[in-house]
Amino acid sequence: MSAAISSRRGGDHRWLDRAWTGLLWGLMTLFLVNIGLMIAAVATNSFAKRWLGTWLPDGWTTNWYVSAWKEFQLDAILIVTVEVVFAVVFLALLIGVPAAYTLARRNFPGKRLLMLLFLLPLMVPPITYGIPLATVLYKAQLAGTIYGVILANLIPAAPFVILVMTPFIEQIDPNLESAARVFGASTGRMFWHILVPLLGPGILAASLLVLVRTIALFELTFLTAGPDSQTLVVALYYAVFAAGVRAPQSVDAMAMVYMMVTLAWLLIALRFVNPTQLVSRVKEHPQPA
Amino acid sequence: MNTVAAAAGPLSRTPFDRTLLLVVPAAAFMLLLFVYPFLYGLALSFNPKEGGALANYSHFFTTDNLWPTIWTTLRLALPATLINVGLALPIAFKMRQKSPYQRIATTILVIPITLGTVLIAQGMLTYFGPKGWLSQFLQFFHLYEGSIRLTHNYWGVLISLVISGFPFAFLLILSYITGIDPVLARAASTLGANPRAQFRTIYLPLLAPGLAMCFCLAFVQAFSVFPSAVLLGSPAGPTRVISIAAYEAAFEQYDYSLASAIAMIMGFVQLVIVAAVLGVRNLMYRGPVSGGKG
Repeated sequence: MSAAISSRRGGDHRWLDRAWTGLLWGLMTLFLVNIGLMIAAVATNSFAKRWLGTWLPDGWTTNWYVSAWKEFQLDAILIVTVEVVFAVVFLALLIGVPAAYTLARRNFPGKRLLMLLFLLPLMVPPITYGIPLATVLYKAQLAGTIYGVILANLIPAAPFVILVMTPFIEQIDPNLESAARVFGASTGRMFWHILVPLLGPGILAASLLVLVRTIALFELTFLTAGPDSQTLVVALYYAVFAAGVRAPQSVDAMAMVYMMVTLAWLLIALRFVNPTQLVSRVKEHPQPA
Repeated sequence: MNTVAAAAGPLSRTPFDRTLLLVVPAAAFMLLLFVYPFLYGLALSFNPKEGGALANYSHFFTTDNLWPTIWTTLRLALPATLINVGLALPIAFKMRQKSPYQRIATTILVIPITLGTVLIAQGMLTYFGPKGWLSQFLQFFHLYEGSIRLTHNYWGVLISLVISGFPFAFLLILSYITGIDPVLARAASTLGANPRAQFRTIYLPLLAPGLAMCFCLAFVQAFSVFPSAVLLGSPAGPTRVISIAAYEAAFEQYDYSLASAIAMIMGFVQLVIVAAVLGVRNLMYRGPVSGGKG
């Protein structure tokens, strides 16, 4: 305690504190402004007729979107993306929610080991397990098909659902389940009539988070996708990778389409979830504001 | 919560608790698609196309464009992680109180995470490029006359790792900091501790486990850098990271055995770093791991 008091020396430290605060805000602003300008640069270029070394392009056009749409067959790619993402969300919920329920409610031997099994895919980077996984999927003739892509994307998605759902389930009073049991409900009926309605917000949050993460997940799709099972982010990678062949505006137009898709879902998601939930689990005991 | 669950336990656990079956699909899925491929890859890596069991590993450590990839990757991933965590900690500490700023900043910072590395790479190529707005700005105000080179080299990849990694580290640390009971800090400030003393004696010790976790996760992300190393770096030279080597082995030479070996080496290096970080944490702090919940 005396250390705490003695460190309050007043005057001479105050401007240092202020400088420190200013520096932090400055860095933060610089970071955000540059990211904003970066996105704006892509947007401007995608509408530019010709843009070489000036502040703004010579003229504006929407032709790049038309040509990008045809050149990259965006309609087919968007359909694949939607199919993959929704299949991943549905399957991740289907196997993740029951598992989260058991992990939240029961203690059993080997529970810690099981938790580790579900945490590992989130700790190991996708490339490390993606390459052996792609090898196995090629052997099973699943790689290159949309099924392989869905299976690969489920590996981080299912544990993420478990991680997000467990605290939501812990918040529900177990007496409600006991009451349902007393009235003779089977596990399945109890699940549908008690848990699913109460877990609505949690399930919504989990599915939106998985959705946003799956759209942006590059490595696993990249390693397992074939020519006709590419999602938008992988198609964008190939477009940038082979950029020399194509007009940069066309690639930027595709980047904008990708960004619009992601941002639209992100805005929907942010209405229901806290931004920090995208990277970590929710608080077990949310504190009143 | 636990006590209630335990009380409900004996009631429902007649001969066999069927609830336990609910975990089976998820567990089976993970075993089949995560554990099995991993073990398969491990076995495959000891079963090379030619040579003895360790041929892949000796090939990796004796080939000039393979073993240096470890250092190339570490040279990118460690500074990027240190920058991200080092910057995120003070900024998250400043924003620990709930305020409109916190909500706005977290919302804006989510964008780079969800946009993903590919879009960041494309944006950087446009914005930081030799004819981009940044170089125009610098030349217009005569801040820097030479041509800036921030793409297709080491710095491009490092910047993209910071852009995608900083928000991640920030949000993670923020969620740890806001999980610490503010009553502790209020008590300290009643006793005359200024924010800096509060940070050193209350927040930092309670944050140590979270910080170690955040460092590990941020490092793991940076270590597996792939798209930005290809698009923004010079994948043949100074940013030839280990994931590029693994990808080339698998999909350009179709040597899955060598590729699995590289993936295993990658996993091993990561494990060493993660173990080192957790070891440092244990040296620094031996309190309750979940600290701060009242």
